[in-house]
Amino acid sequence: MDAALIWEWIIKSAIVLLIMTGGFAYTTFYERRLLARIQTRIGPNRAGPWGILQPVADGVKLIFKEELIPAQADKVLFVLAPVITVIPALVITAVMPWGGVVNIFGRQVPLYIADVNVGVLYIMAIASISVYGIVLAGWSSNNKYAMLGGLRSSAQMISYELALGLAFVGPVLIAGSMSLVDIVEKQRDIWFVVYQPVGFIIFLIATLAEVNRAPFDMPEAEQELTAGYHTEYSGMKFALFFMAEYIKMIAVSAFAATLFLGGYRLPFIEYPDWLEWIGPFVLLAKIIVLLGGMIWVRATLPRFRYDRLMAFGWKIMFPLALANVLVTAVIVVILSA
Amino acid sequence: MIPNEYLPIAVLFILATGLAALVIILGHAFGPRRPTARKLMPYESGMTPIGPGTRRIRVAFYMIAVDFILFDIEVVFFLPWAVYARELSYYGLLVIGIFTVLLLVGFIYAWKKGALEWE
Amino acid sequence: MTVMQILFLLIGLVTLAASVMVVSTRNMVRAALYLIVTLFGVAVLYVLLNAGFFAVVQVVIYIGAISILFIFAVMLTRDVTGLQAAAFNRTWLLAAFLALVLFGGLFLALQGWSGFETVPPAFTDDTPTIRDLGLALVSPDGYVIPFEVASVLLVAAMIGAIYVAWGRK
Repeated sequence: MDAALIWEWIIKSAIVLLIMTGGFAYTTFYERRLLARIQTRIGPNRAGPWGILQPVADGVKLIFKEELIPAQADKVLFVLAPVITVIPALVITAVMPWGGVVNIFGRQVPLYIADVNVGVLYIMAIASISVYGIVLAGWSSNNKYAMLGGLRSSAQMISYELALGLAFVGPVLIAGSMSLVDIVEKQRDIWFVVYQPVGFIIFLIATLAEVNRAPFDMPEAEQELTAGYHTEYSGMKFALFFMAEYIKMIAVSAFAATLFLGGYRLPFIEYPDWLEWIGPFVLLAKIIVLLGGMIWVRATLPRFRYDRLMAFGWKIMFPLALANVLVTAVIVVILSA
Repeated sequence: MIPNEYLPIAVLFILATGLAALVIILGHAFGPRRPTARKLMPYESGMTPIGPGTRRIRVAFYMIAVDFILFDIEVVFFLPWAVYARELSYYGLLVIGIFTVLLLVGFIYAWKKGALEWE
Repeated sequence: MTVMQILFLLIGLVTLAASVMVVSTRNMVRAALYLIVTLFGVAVLYVLLNAGFFAVVQVVIYIGAISILFIFAVMLTRDVTGLQAAAFNRTWLLAAFLALVLFGGLFLALQGWSGFETVPPAFTDDTPTIRDLGLALVSPDGYVIPFEVASVLLVAAMIGAIYVAWGRK
């Protein structure tokens, strides 16, 4: 363990954090512009050329906003809750493979922070921690809307986590590995979405519920719950919740691309050494397409009613995901025997 | 010595915590603070709040959490098997099949009892 | 002391302090949160032992599932709003005595253990991996019976919980 290795980790972590926060800012812009286009509006276009400085303006505005801590709130937990929400969203990106191994000034540097052999389980573990920030925000606000919103979204998240976990099993069965780098390398020629169409759709729906996006944006059901778990939050603390949601959107899009759409690889193309740098851009292109899909869904579908949402998760998604795993397993075993 | 493969994740964790702390501090440093008693009241769509903000929750939430534990453990058992499914072949299928059928009995019981309903 | 030993001591201290807070704090939701810190500390200790699989499973099951149940259970109780839950009940003396006896017993039992002095073997290609775990879990001369029985236990526990909370409807 030499100092250069530690510096490599610090630099890579800092770059990933910059990409994720920058990505967060521009995903909000992307969403507003695309939603506007779908609704035949123009969207924000005044701050800078084509409005590209809009996220900066929003950020500056939020910094100078007054922050309130309700008098009856549990003050420590109230401040801690947004922090606990955003940290898992950032840390989950550690196992995301952005590319293969590249050569920088004679040093072999892999374009991912860590390639743990239980990568898929790591994603599940960190995703399961992110429920707490929302429960805590709801509870510590001492507000009826916040409490109900926090509880509803935590129950929703754990319900869809099952279908999500089962959707992970398909690619793991086919690749024979839980490491995300291995899973990408196994998709050099054929993307796993070809073998796992049902698994891919289950993954997309479950991740929409997991990141609380429309049509599963129950915590933000503004007509009945004002703003759900973050009703009492304002200023930068609100910004942290907002940031966590968009970073999770980017992360789940990246994982969908990695598990089902070949990750940083293009089909049938072997990267020569000097071309390994293209990996992050390939992944980025796939992320942008998937994010566009998420925004399109928001523009198209109305929100679920809560009882229907839970019934859909338990009575349709979960049995379907389980059946998908068992059928995949039988086929994998028959073909290999 | 081979460095622990989780150390880089620890580095990311520390930097991410620093980033979150920085955002909180920025808000504290630049945001104005002029609290009044009314501002600090719980928000209830403009009405004066009635009763405490936190109260006992419905038992349905508890039921969902119980069901979740059961099947979460199932998923965690699936993954190590899935990695070696080819090697374990039909025997592995049999073992995991029995395991799944037993848990499905519980799932069907919960369904029939209405523990999955939200009324 | 190596870096690893310092890390171990730090994390052990945080874990212990959090577990003391679990039993001493009077606010039930906070007690549940300290419990989560304790469980996370144990997961980090697994990581230090290079047992990554156990660490992530500890997080998925204990923090991701069981602690959520704890939090929901706490919020089901009447005292969730009032923070005046009593920290002690009548049997605290007996409980403290039993805890002391248990500690003393463990202390005596571990006195003769040689594990404190031995250096853990370096990781080689023969070190057991998840592969060995996965195979042992389903092999007939391994743990296949406990593995299947575990599912019966889980179903029994769930049926019990449904009956208690829901059955009389």
